[in-house]
Amino acid sequence: MTKNMAPEELSTSRTFAQVNEILDKHERNPRSLIPILQEIQDAYRYLPTEILAYVATVLGISPARVYGVTTFYSQFSTQPKGKYVIQVCDGTACHVRGSNPLIEAVEKRLGLSEDNRTTDDLLFTLETVSCLGACGLAPVVVINETVYGEVSVDRMTEILAELQSGEE
Amino acid sequence: MGEITINGRPITFEEESNVLEVIRKAGIELPTFCYHSELSVYGGCRMCVVDIDGMGVVGACSTAPRDGMMVRTHTRELRDIRKLAVELLLADHDRECTTCEKSGGCQLQRLATQLGVHEIRFGERDMSMPVDDSNAAILRNPNKCILCGDCVRMCEEVQEVGALGFINRGSNAMVVPAFEKEMGDVECVNCGQCMAVCPTGALVVKSETDRAFEALADENKTVIVQIAPAVRVAIGEAFGLPAGDNLLGKLVAALKILGVDKVFDTSLAADLTVIEETQEFLQRRQAGESAPMFTSCCPAWVKFAEYRHPEMLSSLSSCRSPQQMFGSMIKRYYADMIEANPNDLYVISIMPCTAKKAEAQRPEFVHNEVTDVDLVLTTQEVAAMLKEVGLDLGRLEVQALDSPFGFGTGAGVMFGNSGGVSEAVLRHVADHLAGEEKPVVDYPQVRGDQGIKPIRISVGDNTIRLAVVHGLKQAHQMIERIKTGEITVDLVEVMACPGGCTGGAGQPQPERRDTKSQRAHGLYISEKMTQLRKSRENPILQTLYDNWLGEPASPTAHDALHTTYQSRRRILGEEIALEPGEQLEVQVCVGTFCYLQGSYDVLSQLLSELESEGLGEAVNVRGTFCFEQCQGGPSVMIGDEIQARVTLERVPEMMETIRDHLSGTPKRLD
Repeated sequence: MTKNMAPEELSTSRTFAQVNEILDKHERNPRSLIPILQEIQDAYRYLPTEILAYVATVLGISPARVYGVTTFYSQFSTQPKGKYVIQVCDGTACHVRGSNPLIEAVEKRLGLSEDNRTTDDLLFTLETVSCLGACGLAPVVVINETVYGEVSVDRMTEILAELQSGEE
Repeated sequence: MGEITINGRPITFEEESNVLEVIRKAGIELPTFCYHSELSVYGGCRMCVVDIDGMGVVGACSTAPRDGMMVRTHTRELRDIRKLAVELLLADHDRECTTCEKSGGCQLQRLATQLGVHEIRFGERDMSMPVDDSNAAILRNPNKCILCGDCVRMCEEVQEVGALGFINRGSNAMVVPAFEKEMGDVECVNCGQCMAVCPTGALVVKSETDRAFEALADENKTVIVQIAPAVRVAIGEAFGLPAGDNLLGKLVAALKILGVDKVFDTSLAADLTVIEETQEFLQRRQAGESAPMFTSCCPAWVKFAEYRHPEMLSSLSSCRSPQQMFGSMIKRYYADMIEANPNDLYVISIMPCTAKKAEAQRPEFVHNEVTDVDLVLTTQEVAAMLKEVGLDLGRLEVQALDSPFGFGTGAGVMFGNSGGVSEAVLRHVADHLAGEEKPVVDYPQVRGDQGIKPIRISVGDNTIRLAVVHGLKQAHQMIERIKTGEITVDLVEVMACPGGCTGGAGQPQPERRDTKSQRAHGLYISEKMTQLRKSRENPILQTLYDNWLGEPASPTAHDALHTTYQSRRRILGEEIALEPGEQLEVQVCVGTFCYLQGSYDVLSQLLSELESEGLGEAVNVRGTFCFEQCQGGPSVMIGDEIQARVTLERVPEMMETIRDHLSGTPKRLD
């Protein structure tokens, strides 16, 4: 599967129907563009451009504007993200406490690099973030909604192994 | 109402909505990149910074005047801020000024000189992005963009198109078409107003002067030029002459020196348009058509309607624009008349307009491999050609247009102004309905620069309700008001550019704020000075109808002078895949028009029925954007066959078709 394609289960009529539910929930009000995009991203795990074009159509605003908002905020992605988004904090405190070896460990285990942040099977995406506001727990890693504190390279490898085995 | 003190001088203000306007009223030309009175205030360029007591340094454009304000405009701090801002812009700018199309007319270049920026301390731009030449009329060079956003606001706020937008943030910010596509793949209507406000060379007219020189050098080609009405009152500006001066005679002389064989006047074709369009208008009224007729002279408006209002396409006059009527007349009638092969005649239009470039390329205007109009040059390009060969327009002796098509009436000349088409048609209709020749009456109600000009005119027992709009947003709003029944009209004249063709994006960039109204005024003066002021009086038209067309709206006229429209997909290449696999393809259009007609409900219903019948696996349902069949919307495509007007009630019928397809016996539906 190429990286530009959404994983099969994402691109179903069910998710598309959800887009309409989301739009209706916000009364198709262009002022709610950001919450609408957030919810759609939750459904698709990213914002496919064709869905953005559809959102623009429904809200009666230009596709260029919708795309502009999407690219302005780093929370939005127009590229498919992995099922597990691994955020490694690289803020000052975490950096000092060894976030770099964590990043390297993730890259090594998942075969990722600086330019290639999502695994080919769309299971994992690696992101570095600037500060998660939990410096007392440095180095911090957040995977989807779960926070892991004082993560060592061994612990990181363990977490990844658990997630991987859970998927098999 | 109140008084503010500017540099120690008291200045009263009244209607001015911001301090910048008051400062300019006081005769101080504070520089700006991002301020245009007709657009929303952006406050991004920081050129108009002022120091106000109690407020500190603020943007004058985004500060409302208050009584008693003490404003200073050129303290050392302010001058330093402006200089630094320009210096920073230049540091991230492709500074190849000498080879830039905009050189000499560039606001960035001008301000750098004016503010005394002699050194760029921050290095040079090390990034080079590809130039986008996919659009028929507009060349986009992102390396020259200073992110003032004038184009974005113009496209969205005045034209309601929104083809361009900002993307990303901070130092990665850019102005690009939706989804970073090329400008040729998005819903750009080629009006060019984006580049009319672009202060730099980031958006410029796609120059085709080389092709013109090539044709002129080709001995086998007879080069025939038509000059649009609005060009004559603006081309002088490029040579330092006042806006509004009619330089038609000098332009003819210049074109002759360049080697043009025949120079004709598009005003003649405008007269022809008046006759054909009036005929169509009266026929529609006789047929009891309740919908208003929209004019079709403006190709940017036509394209806008095709993208955004496919439901109104049947209300568009079928008349070609004067440019295309002219091309058709040359390649069919004139070629016959002078016994030439139409392919040896090379028709160049000189237009105030960039959308005309795209119009001339439409496939409808190519017959038997003969292109009606071979090349469209904007006023700007022609001025550039004359400069290239060293001709100073002001110094030439006037020369007359050629016969037989170098003659248009005043009515035709007025086409260049917003309201001109209406006025020309009114003169004709008034006579027609009255059944007699009436003296020429001016209709001041259709003149001027209000965005929407509604007029009621009574001729005998007949009342004609007209609306003149310019700017596509106004057109869009007019359509909405007509649909809701808020306004009832018989004829709507639409021009995409504010002010009509005189304000076209192909004209020289206006030097002053009253430049456009000077041009409009100049055109009305030119029309007043013509001997014949009604289209029907044009003696050449009589010959055309006698020898070629027969009568208005005849089959020959229809074939040569009328056209058809088609709905267009707004953005190329976006489809929503709903179910994977290689099954029967069922596509439901969720483009603007079909969506509004309820295609989403159809899609949901289809999906749930397929699911409940257990056909979900066998059928690949996709939501798609526009089959360009909007009149028949909502459209559903099953296999390779498009089904029109698929309402909810027809879903069972669609299900049957799908079952037939799956069992291998597709049945045709009506």
